[in-house]
Amino acid sequence: MQKRAGTVARIASPMRALSQRFGLPLLLIATATTIALGQMDARVVERARVFVMDTTTPVLEVLSEPVYAIERATESFRELAELRQINESLKLENERLTAWHHRARRLEAENLRLRSLLALVPDAGARYVSARVIGDPGGAFARSLLVAAGRADGIAEGHVALSGEGVAGRVADVGERAARVMLITDLNSQIPVSIGLSGERAVMAGDNSAEPRLLYLQPGHHVSAGDRVVTSGHGGLFPPDLPIGVVAQVTEEAVRVRPYVDWRDLEYLRLVDYELPGLIAPLIDKQRPSAE
Amino acid sequence: MALEFFQRLDAAGKALVPALLSSFLIILTLLPLRAPEVAPLTPALGLTAVYYWAVFRPDLLPAWLAFLLGLLQDLLTGAPLGTGVILLVSMHFFVAAQRKIFVNPSFTMLWVFFGLFAAASLLLSWSVGSLLVGQLPDVRMFFLHYVLTVGAYPCLAWLFGRVQQLLL
Repeated sequence: MQKRAGTVARIASPMRALSQRFGLPLLLIATATTIALGQMDARVVERARVFVMDTTTPVLEVLSEPVYAIERATESFRELAELRQINESLKLENERLTAWHHRARRLEAENLRLRSLLALVPDAGARYVSARVIGDPGGAFARSLLVAAGRADGIAEGHVALSGEGVAGRVADVGERAARVMLITDLNSQIPVSIGLSGERAVMAGDNSAEPRLLYLQPGHHVSAGDRVVTSGHGGLFPPDLPIGVVAQVTEEAVRVRPYVDWRDLEYLRLVDYELPGLIAPLIDKQRPSAE
Repeated sequence: MALEFFQRLDAAGKALVPALLSSFLIILTLLPLRAPEVAPLTPALGLTAVYYWAVFRPDLLPAWLAFLLGLLQDLLTGAPLGTGVILLVSMHFFVAAQRKIFVNPSFTMLWVFFGLFAAASLLLSWSVGSLLVGQLPDVRMFFLHYVLTVGAYPCLAWLFGRVQQLLL
Protein backbone atom coordinates (compact mmCIF):
# COMPACT_ATOMS: atom_id res chain seq x y z
CA MET A 1 0.00 0.00 0.00
CA GLN A 2 2.67 2.37 1.15
CA LYS A 3 4.94 1.53 -1.75
CA ARG A 4 2.29 2.06 -4.39
CA ALA A 5 1.28 5.39 -2.98
CA GLY A 6 4.93 6.33 -3.37
CA THR A 7 5.00 5.43 -7.07
CA VAL A 8 1.80 7.26 -7.75
CA ALA A 9 3.12 10.30 -5.96
CA ARG A 10 6.35 10.15 -7.93
CA ILE A 11 4.48 10.20 -11.22
CA ALA A 12 1.78 12.52 -10.05
CA SER A 13 3.84 15.26 -8.48
CA PRO A 14 5.58 16.50 -11.67
CA MET A 15 2.21 16.29 -13.43
CA ARG A 16 0.65 18.31 -10.68
CA ALA A 17 3.42 20.87 -10.79
CA LEU A 18 2.95 21.12 -14.54
CA SER A 19 -0.78 21.51 -14.32
CA GLN A 20 -0.43 24.07 -11.54
CA ARG A 21 2.00 26.08 -13.60
CA PHE A 22 0.05 25.98 -16.85
CA GLY A 23 -3.37 24.96 -15.58
CA LEU A 24 -5.11 28.30 -15.60
CA PRO A 25 -3.84 29.58 -18.97
CA LEU A 26 -4.59 26.20 -20.54
CA LEU A 27 -8.09 26.23 -19.13
CA LEU A 28 -8.67 29.77 -20.32
CA ILE A 29 -7.51 28.83 -23.81
CA ALA A 30 -9.72 25.75 -23.75
CA THR A 31 -12.70 27.84 -22.65
CA ALA A 32 -12.11 30.43 -25.36
CA THR A 33 -11.80 27.65 -27.94
CA THR A 34 -15.04 26.14 -26.74
CA ILE A 35 -16.87 29.45 -27.05
CA ALA A 36 -15.41 30.03 -30.52
CA LEU A 37 -16.41 26.54 -31.66
CA GLY A 38 -19.91 27.11 -30.33
CA GLN A 39 -20.20 30.41 -32.16
CA MET A 40 -18.97 28.94 -35.43
CA ASP A 41 -21.65 26.26 -35.34
CA ALA A 42 -18.92 23.71 -35.95
CA ARG A 43 -19.80 20.22 -37.10
CA VAL A 44 -17.83 18.82 -34.15
CA VAL A 45 -20.11 20.61 -31.74
CA GLU A 46 -23.20 19.21 -33.36
CA ARG A 47 -21.74 15.71 -33.25
CA ALA A 48 -20.83 16.17 -29.60
CA ARG A 49 -24.34 17.39 -28.80
CA VAL A 50 -25.89 14.41 -30.53
CA PHE A 51 -23.49 12.02 -28.81
CA VAL A 52 -24.20 13.43 -25.35
CA MET A 53 -27.91 13.39 -26.09
CA ASP A 54 -27.83 9.75 -27.15
CA THR A 55 -25.82 8.62 -24.15
CA THR A 56 -27.96 10.42 -21.58
CA THR A 57 -31.29 9.46 -23.11
CA PRO A 58 -31.56 6.08 -21.32
CA VAL A 59 -30.86 7.74 -17.98
CA LEU A 60 -33.41 10.47 -18.61
CA GLU A 61 -35.97 7.97 -19.81
CA VAL A 62 -35.72 5.98 -16.60
CA LEU A 63 -35.67 9.08 -14.40
CA SER A 64 -38.59 10.80 -16.10
CA GLU A 65 -40.83 7.83 -15.37
CA PRO A 66 -41.34 8.56 -11.63
CA VAL A 67 -41.58 12.28 -12.37
CA TYR A 68 -44.52 11.68 -14.65
CA ALA A 69 -46.06 9.20 -12.21
CA ILE A 70 -46.00 11.79 -9.42
CA GLU A 71 -47.30 14.45 -11.75
CA ARG A 72 -50.18 12.23 -12.81
CA ALA A 73 -51.00 11.36 -9.20
CA THR A 74 -51.19 14.99 -8.10
CA GLU A 75 -53.11 15.81 -11.23
CA SER A 76 -55.73 13.15 -10.53
CA PHE A 77 -56.10 14.36 -6.96
CA ARG A 78 -56.67 17.87 -8.13
CA GLU A 79 -59.14 16.66 -10.71
CA LEU A 80 -61.03 14.69 -8.10
CA ALA A 81 -61.48 17.86 -6.12
CA GLU A 82 -62.68 19.78 -9.11
CA LEU A 83 -64.80 17.02 -10.59
CA ARG A 84 -68.16 18.69 -10.18
CA GLN A 85 -67.00 21.96 -11.62
CA ILE A 86 -65.24 20.24 -14.50
CA ASN A 87 -68.35 18.22 -15.26
CA GLU A 88 -70.42 21.38 -15.38
CA SER A 89 -68.08 23.16 -17.73
CA LEU A 90 -67.66 20.05 -19.89
CA LYS A 91 -71.41 19.84 -20.39
CA LEU A 92 -71.48 23.42 -21.52
CA GLU A 93 -68.52 22.90 -23.79
CA ASN A 94 -70.05 19.76 -25.20
CA GLU A 95 -73.14 21.69 -26.21
CA ARG A 96 -71.03 24.30 -27.84
CA LEU A 97 -68.89 21.73 -29.60
CA THR A 98 -71.85 19.81 -30.91
CA ALA A 99 -72.98 22.96 -32.62
CA TRP A 100 -69.47 23.42 -34.00
CA HIS A 101 -69.35 19.82 -35.06
CA HIS A 102 -72.46 20.24 -37.17
CA ARG A 103 -71.05 23.33 -38.67
CA ALA A 104 -67.74 21.64 -39.41
CA ARG A 105 -69.50 18.74 -41.08
CA ARG A 106 -71.39 21.11 -43.27
CA LEU A 107 -68.24 23.00 -44.15
CA GLU A 108 -66.37 19.77 -44.79
CA ALA A 109 -69.00 18.67 -47.24
CA GLU A 110 -68.93 22.03 -48.90
CA ASN A 111 -65.15 21.99 -48.99
CA LEU A 112 -65.17 18.56 -50.56
CA ARG A 113 -67.54 19.71 -53.27
CA LEU A 114 -65.46 22.80 -53.96
CA ARG A 115 -62.25 20.80 -54.02
CA SER A 116 -63.60 18.35 -56.54
CA LEU A 117 -64.76 21.34 -58.50
CA LEU A 118 -61.25 22.77 -58.58
CA ALA A 119 -59.50 19.41 -58.81
CA LEU A 120 -57.16 20.49 -55.99
CA VAL A 121 -54.39 18.12 -55.02
CA PRO A 122 -54.95 17.05 -51.40
CA ASP A 123 -52.17 17.57 -48.87
CA ALA A 124 -49.51 14.92 -48.96
CA GLY A 125 -50.26 12.42 -46.22
CA ALA A 126 -48.05 13.55 -43.41
CA ARG A 127 -46.29 10.87 -41.40
CA TYR A 128 -45.97 11.39 -37.68
CA VAL A 129 -44.34 9.87 -34.63
CA SER A 130 -45.52 10.45 -31.08
CA ALA A 131 -42.58 10.94 -28.76
CA ARG A 132 -42.27 11.26 -25.02
CA VAL A 133 -40.69 14.40 -23.61
CA ILE A 134 -37.77 13.26 -21.48
CA GLY A 135 -35.79 16.43 -20.94
CA ASP A 136 -36.57 20.04 -20.34
CA PRO A 137 -33.32 21.95 -20.16
CA GLY A 138 -34.33 25.30 -18.78
CA GLY A 139 -31.83 28.08 -18.54
CA ALA A 140 -31.81 31.64 -19.70
CA PHE A 141 -30.47 31.31 -23.21
CA ALA A 142 -32.42 28.59 -24.96
CA ARG A 143 -35.82 26.95 -24.97
CA SER A 144 -35.78 23.36 -26.09
CA LEU A 145 -37.05 19.92 -25.17
CA LEU A 146 -35.52 16.49 -25.50
CA VAL A 147 -37.80 13.78 -26.83
CA ALA A 148 -37.27 10.03 -26.86
CA ALA A 149 -37.41 9.48 -30.60
CA GLY A 150 -34.62 9.83 -33.09
CA ARG A 151 -33.26 8.78 -36.42
CA ALA A 152 -34.18 5.16 -35.67
CA ASP A 153 -37.83 6.22 -35.56
CA GLY A 154 -37.61 8.16 -38.78
CA ILE A 155 -37.18 11.59 -37.23
CA ALA A 156 -35.15 14.11 -39.18
CA GLU A 157 -34.17 17.71 -38.72
CA GLY A 158 -36.99 20.10 -39.55
CA HIS A 159 -39.87 17.87 -38.53
CA VAL A 160 -42.64 19.90 -36.95
CA ALA A 161 -43.43 19.27 -33.27
CA LEU A 162 -47.11 19.58 -32.38
CA SER A 163 -48.90 19.22 -29.09
CA GLY A 164 -52.62 18.62 -28.95
CA GLU A 165 -53.17 22.35 -28.97
CA GLY A 166 -50.83 23.66 -31.63
CA VAL A 167 -47.29 24.11 -32.86
CA ALA A 168 -44.65 23.57 -30.17
CA GLY A 169 -41.48 23.81 -32.26
CA ARG A 170 -39.19 22.19 -34.79
CA VAL A 171 -36.68 19.35 -34.54
CA ALA A 172 -33.23 20.95 -34.37
CA ASP A 173 -30.84 18.07 -33.57
CA VAL A 174 -31.38 14.39 -34.17
CA GLY A 175 -29.61 11.55 -32.45
CA GLU A 176 -30.15 7.83 -32.89
CA ARG A 177 -32.82 7.55 -30.19
CA ALA A 178 -33.39 11.14 -29.12
CA ALA A 179 -33.98 14.51 -30.65
CA ARG A 180 -33.93 18.10 -29.54
CA VAL A 181 -36.96 20.21 -30.33
CA MET A 182 -36.34 23.95 -30.56
CA LEU A 183 -39.45 25.56 -29.12
CA ILE A 184 -41.26 28.46 -30.73
CA THR A 185 -40.30 30.57 -27.71
CA ASP A 186 -36.56 30.04 -28.34
CA LEU A 187 -34.46 33.02 -29.26
CA ASN A 188 -33.49 31.43 -32.56
CA SER A 189 -37.03 30.55 -33.57
CA GLN A 190 -38.51 32.72 -36.32
CA ILE A 191 -41.71 31.61 -37.97
CA PRO A 192 -43.62 33.34 -40.77
CA VAL A 193 -47.20 33.65 -39.55
CA SER A 194 -50.51 35.00 -40.65
CA ILE A 195 -52.80 36.74 -38.20
CA GLY A 196 -56.53 36.96 -37.81
CA LEU A 197 -59.18 36.74 -40.46
CA SER A 198 -57.50 39.33 -42.64
CA GLY A 199 -54.40 37.16 -42.84
CA GLU A 200 -52.00 39.94 -41.89
CA ARG A 201 -48.42 38.70 -42.30
CA ALA A 202 -45.59 38.85 -39.81
CA VAL A 203 -42.70 36.86 -38.43
CA MET A 204 -43.12 35.44 -34.97
CA ALA A 205 -39.77 35.58 -33.18
CA GLY A 206 -39.07 33.96 -29.83
CA ASP A 207 -37.08 35.80 -27.20
CA ASN A 208 -36.94 33.07 -24.54
CA SER A 209 -39.95 34.56 -22.79
CA ALA A 210 -43.26 32.73 -22.66
CA GLU A 211 -44.80 35.03 -25.25
CA PRO A 212 -43.00 35.47 -28.60
CA ARG A 213 -43.10 38.78 -30.44
CA LEU A 214 -44.47 39.60 -33.87
CA LEU A 215 -41.95 41.31 -36.12
CA TYR A 216 -42.23 43.04 -39.49
CA LEU A 217 -45.91 43.91 -39.17
CA GLN A 218 -47.13 46.34 -41.80
CA PRO A 219 -47.43 49.87 -40.49
CA GLY A 220 -51.08 50.62 -39.78
CA HIS A 221 -51.92 46.96 -39.26
CA HIS A 222 -55.22 45.90 -37.74
CA VAL A 223 -53.89 43.30 -35.34
CA SER A 224 -55.63 43.28 -31.98
CA ALA A 225 -55.56 41.11 -28.88
CA GLY A 226 -57.41 37.83 -29.33
CA ASP A 227 -56.58 37.41 -33.02
CA ARG A 228 -55.65 33.88 -34.02
CA VAL A 229 -52.09 33.32 -35.18
CA VAL A 230 -51.33 30.48 -37.61
CA THR A 231 -48.32 29.51 -39.70
CA SER A 232 -48.37 31.15 -43.11
CA GLY A 233 -46.24 28.53 -44.81
CA HIS A 234 -43.85 31.07 -46.28
CA GLY A 235 -40.24 29.98 -46.33
CA GLY A 236 -41.17 26.32 -46.44
CA LEU A 237 -40.27 25.51 -42.84
CA PHE A 238 -43.85 24.97 -41.72
CA PRO A 239 -46.94 24.06 -43.72
CA PRO A 240 -49.58 26.79 -43.77
CA ASP A 241 -52.46 27.11 -41.29
CA LEU A 242 -51.07 25.25 -38.30
CA PRO A 243 -52.46 26.89 -35.15
CA ILE A 244 -49.84 28.66 -33.03
CA GLY A 245 -51.66 30.89 -30.58
CA VAL A 246 -53.55 34.11 -30.06
CA VAL A 247 -52.34 37.69 -29.94
CA ALA A 248 -51.98 38.41 -26.23
CA GLN A 249 -51.21 42.10 -26.16
CA VAL A 250 -50.61 44.93 -28.58
CA THR A 251 -48.49 47.76 -27.21
CA GLU A 252 -46.29 50.46 -28.66
CA GLU A 253 -43.12 48.41 -28.33
CA ALA A 254 -44.29 44.93 -29.16
CA VAL A 255 -47.11 42.70 -30.25
CA ARG A 256 -46.95 39.45 -28.34
CA VAL A 257 -48.45 36.03 -28.99
CA ARG A 258 -49.64 33.60 -26.35
CA PRO A 259 -49.02 30.09 -27.74
CA TYR A 260 -51.80 27.51 -27.50
CA VAL A 261 -49.36 24.93 -26.21
CA ASP A 262 -49.60 24.35 -22.48
CA TRP A 263 -45.93 24.05 -21.59
CA ARG A 264 -46.72 22.76 -18.13
CA ASP A 265 -48.61 19.79 -19.38
CA LEU A 266 -46.42 18.53 -22.15
CA GLU A 267 -45.78 14.81 -21.82
CA TYR A 268 -45.95 13.83 -25.47
CA LEU A 269 -45.18 15.64 -28.68
CA ARG A 270 -46.23 14.64 -32.16
CA LEU A 271 -43.33 14.96 -34.60
CA VAL A 272 -44.75 15.37 -38.07
CA ASP A 273 -42.94 15.02 -41.36
CA TYR A 274 -44.77 17.29 -43.78
CA GLU A 275 -42.15 16.51 -46.42
CA LEU A 276 -41.49 20.19 -46.80
CA PRO A 277 -38.90 21.34 -49.28
CA GLY A 278 -37.04 23.24 -46.57
CA LEU A 279 -35.70 26.73 -46.72
CA ILE A 280 -33.07 26.35 -49.43
CA ALA A 281 -34.41 23.74 -51.78
CA PRO A 282 -36.78 25.97 -53.77
CA LEU A 283 -34.07 28.54 -54.25
CA ILE A 284 -31.69 25.94 -55.61
CA ASP A 285 -34.33 24.63 -57.96
CA LYS A 286 -35.04 28.11 -59.18
CA GLN A 287 -31.40 28.84 -59.81
CA ARG A 288 -30.69 25.68 -61.70
CA PRO A 289 -32.40 26.45 -65.04
CA SER A 290 -30.89 29.92 -65.17
CA ALA A 291 -27.44 28.48 -64.61
CA GLU A 292 -27.73 26.10 -67.51
CA MET B 1 -2.38 -10.20 -6.47
CA ALA B 2 -6.13 -10.47 -6.89
CA LEU B 3 -6.64 -8.62 -3.65
CA GLU B 4 -4.37 -5.85 -4.74
CA PHE B 5 -6.21 -5.62 -8.03
CA PHE B 6 -9.53 -5.23 -6.29
CA GLN B 7 -8.09 -2.69 -3.92
CA ARG B 8 -6.88 -0.70 -6.84
CA LEU B 9 -10.22 -1.06 -8.63
CA ASP B 10 -11.95 0.04 -5.46
CA ALA B 11 -9.74 3.08 -5.15
CA ALA B 12 -10.25 3.99 -8.79
CA GLY B 13 -14.00 3.61 -8.43
CA LYS B 14 -14.05 5.81 -5.38
CA ALA B 15 -11.97 8.45 -7.09
CA LEU B 16 -14.68 8.64 -9.75
CA VAL B 17 -17.50 9.28 -7.28
CA PRO B 18 -17.43 13.11 -7.29
CA ALA B 19 -17.25 13.27 -11.08
CA LEU B 20 -20.04 10.75 -11.57
CA LEU B 21 -22.23 12.34 -8.94
CA SER B 22 -21.74 15.76 -10.50
CA SER B 23 -22.60 14.54 -14.00
CA PHE B 24 -25.63 12.78 -12.61
CA LEU B 25 -26.83 15.99 -10.99
CA ILE B 26 -26.32 17.90 -14.22
CA ILE B 27 -28.43 15.35 -16.06
CA LEU B 28 -30.98 15.60 -13.25
CA THR B 29 -31.50 19.31 -13.90
CA LEU B 30 -32.85 18.32 -17.33
CA LEU B 31 -35.76 16.34 -15.96
CA PRO B 32 -39.11 17.70 -17.04
CA LEU B 33 -40.22 18.80 -13.58
CA ARG B 34 -42.82 21.26 -14.61
CA ALA B 35 -43.59 23.11 -11.45
CA PRO B 36 -46.01 25.76 -12.68
CA GLU B 37 -44.58 29.22 -13.14
CA VAL B 38 -41.09 28.09 -12.20
CA ALA B 39 -41.03 26.04 -15.38
CA PRO B 40 -37.79 27.12 -17.01
CA LEU B 41 -35.92 27.20 -13.74
CA THR B 42 -33.98 24.58 -11.87
CA PRO B 43 -31.16 25.14 -9.40
CA ALA B 44 -27.67 24.89 -10.85
CA LEU B 45 -26.95 21.56 -9.19
CA GLY B 46 -23.67 21.18 -11.06
CA LEU B 47 -22.42 24.42 -9.54
CA THR B 48 -23.08 23.19 -6.01
CA ALA B 49 -21.35 19.90 -6.78
CA VAL B 50 -18.24 21.59 -8.12
CA TYR B 51 -18.12 23.93 -5.10
CA TYR B 52 -18.46 21.12 -2.59
CA TRP B 53 -15.86 18.84 -4.09
CA ALA B 54 -13.47 21.68 -4.85
CA VAL B 55 -13.58 22.55 -1.16
CA PHE B 56 -13.38 19.06 0.31
CA ARG B 57 -11.70 16.85 -2.28
CA PRO B 58 -9.97 19.04 -4.86
CA ASP B 59 -7.80 16.02 -5.71
CA LEU B 60 -10.87 14.18 -7.00
CA LEU B 61 -12.38 17.14 -8.83
CA PRO B 62 -9.56 19.11 -10.46
CA ALA B 63 -10.16 22.16 -12.64
CA TRP B 64 -10.08 20.23 -15.92
CA LEU B 65 -12.88 18.02 -14.65
CA ALA B 66 -14.91 21.13 -13.86
CA PHE B 67 -14.25 22.14 -17.46
CA LEU B 68 -15.54 18.81 -18.77
CA LEU B 69 -18.61 18.98 -16.55
CA GLY B 70 -19.33 22.46 -17.86
CA LEU B 71 -18.98 21.19 -21.40
CA LEU B 72 -21.39 18.36 -20.63
CA GLN B 73 -23.89 20.85 -19.26
CA ASP B 74 -23.61 23.09 -22.33
CA LEU B 75 -24.00 20.22 -24.77
CA LEU B 76 -26.99 18.86 -22.89
CA THR B 77 -28.93 22.05 -22.36
CA GLY B 78 -28.31 23.54 -25.77
CA ALA B 79 -27.15 26.78 -24.18
CA PRO B 80 -24.47 28.80 -26.00
CA LEU B 81 -21.33 26.70 -25.76
CA GLY B 82 -19.02 28.01 -23.04
CA THR B 83 -21.53 29.43 -20.59
CA GLY B 84 -21.59 26.27 -18.49
CA VAL B 85 -17.83 25.91 -18.81
CA ILE B 86 -17.30 29.43 -17.50
CA LEU B 87 -19.79 28.82 -14.70
CA LEU B 88 -18.10 25.72 -13.33
CA VAL B 89 -14.48 26.63 -14.06
CA SER B 90 -14.83 30.04 -12.43
CA MET B 91 -16.39 28.45 -9.35
CA HIS B 92 -13.47 26.05 -9.15
CA PHE B 93 -11.06 28.91 -9.55
CA PHE B 94 -12.69 30.99 -6.79
CA VAL B 95 -12.45 28.10 -4.35
CA ALA B 96 -8.85 27.35 -5.30
CA ALA B 97 -7.89 31.01 -4.93
CA GLN B 98 -9.45 31.29 -1.46
CA ARG B 99 -8.25 27.95 -0.17
CA LYS B 100 -7.17 29.49 3.16
CA ILE B 101 -10.78 30.17 4.12
CA PHE B 102 -11.68 26.54 3.92
CA VAL B 103 -9.18 25.16 6.42
CA ASN B 104 -11.72 24.47 9.12
CA PRO B 105 -15.05 25.72 7.83
CA SER B 106 -18.37 25.68 9.66
CA PHE B 107 -21.51 24.84 7.73
CA THR B 108 -22.83 28.39 7.81
CA MET B 109 -19.55 29.73 6.53
CA LEU B 110 -19.56 27.25 3.68
CA TRP B 111 -23.08 28.27 2.77
CA VAL B 112 -22.29 32.00 2.89
CA PHE B 113 -19.23 31.56 0.70
CA PHE B 114 -21.19 29.41 -1.68
CA GLY B 115 -23.68 32.26 -1.93
CA LEU B 116 -20.92 34.72 -2.76
CA PHE B 117 -19.07 32.53 -5.23
CA ALA B 118 -22.27 31.35 -6.91
CA ALA B 119 -23.31 34.97 -7.43
CA ALA B 120 -19.98 35.77 -9.05
CA SER B 121 -19.93 32.63 -11.22
CA LEU B 122 -23.53 32.97 -12.34
CA LEU B 123 -23.08 36.64 -13.10
CA LEU B 124 -19.97 35.89 -15.14
CA SER B 125 -21.63 33.10 -17.06
CA TRP B 126 -24.76 35.17 -17.66
CA SER B 127 -22.84 38.16 -18.95
CA VAL B 128 -20.85 36.01 -21.35
CA GLY B 129 -24.04 34.22 -22.39
CA SER B 130 -25.83 37.52 -22.99
CA LEU B 131 -22.93 38.74 -25.09
CA LEU B 132 -22.93 35.54 -27.15
CA VAL B 133 -26.68 35.60 -27.66
CA GLY B 134 -26.73 39.35 -28.17
CA GLN B 135 -29.63 39.85 -25.83
CA LEU B 136 -30.13 40.52 -22.15
CA PRO B 137 -32.12 37.71 -20.54
CA ASP B 138 -34.80 38.39 -17.97
CA VAL B 139 -33.18 39.67 -14.78
CA ARG B 140 -35.92 38.20 -12.59
CA MET B 141 -35.09 34.75 -13.97
CA PHE B 142 -31.46 35.24 -13.16
CA PHE B 143 -32.31 36.21 -9.61
CA LEU B 144 -34.71 33.29 -9.14
CA HIS B 145 -32.17 30.87 -10.52
CA TYR B 146 -29.61 32.18 -8.06
CA VAL B 147 -31.99 32.01 -5.10
CA LEU B 148 -32.97 28.45 -6.00
CA THR B 149 -29.34 27.41 -6.32
CA VAL B 150 -28.29 28.88 -2.99
CA GLY B 151 -31.48 27.60 -1.37
CA ALA B 152 -30.81 24.06 -2.51
CA TYR B 153 -27.31 24.11 -1.05
CA PRO B 154 -28.06 22.60 2.40
CA CYS B 155 -29.83 19.58 0.89
CA LEU B 156 -27.04 18.90 -1.56
CA ALA B 157 -24.31 19.53 0.99
CA TRP B 158 -25.97 16.98 3.25
CA LEU B 159 -26.11 14.49 0.38
CA PHE B 160 -22.48 15.05 -0.55
CA GLY B 161 -21.48 14.78 3.11
CA ARG B 162 -23.18 11.40 3.38
CA VAL B 163 -21.56 10.18 0.20
CA GLN B 164 -18.20 11.38 1.41
CA GLN B 165 -18.63 9.61 4.74
CA LEU B 166 -19.78 6.37 3.19
CA LEU B 167 -17.42 6.10 0.26
CA LEU B 168 -14.44 8.37 0.52
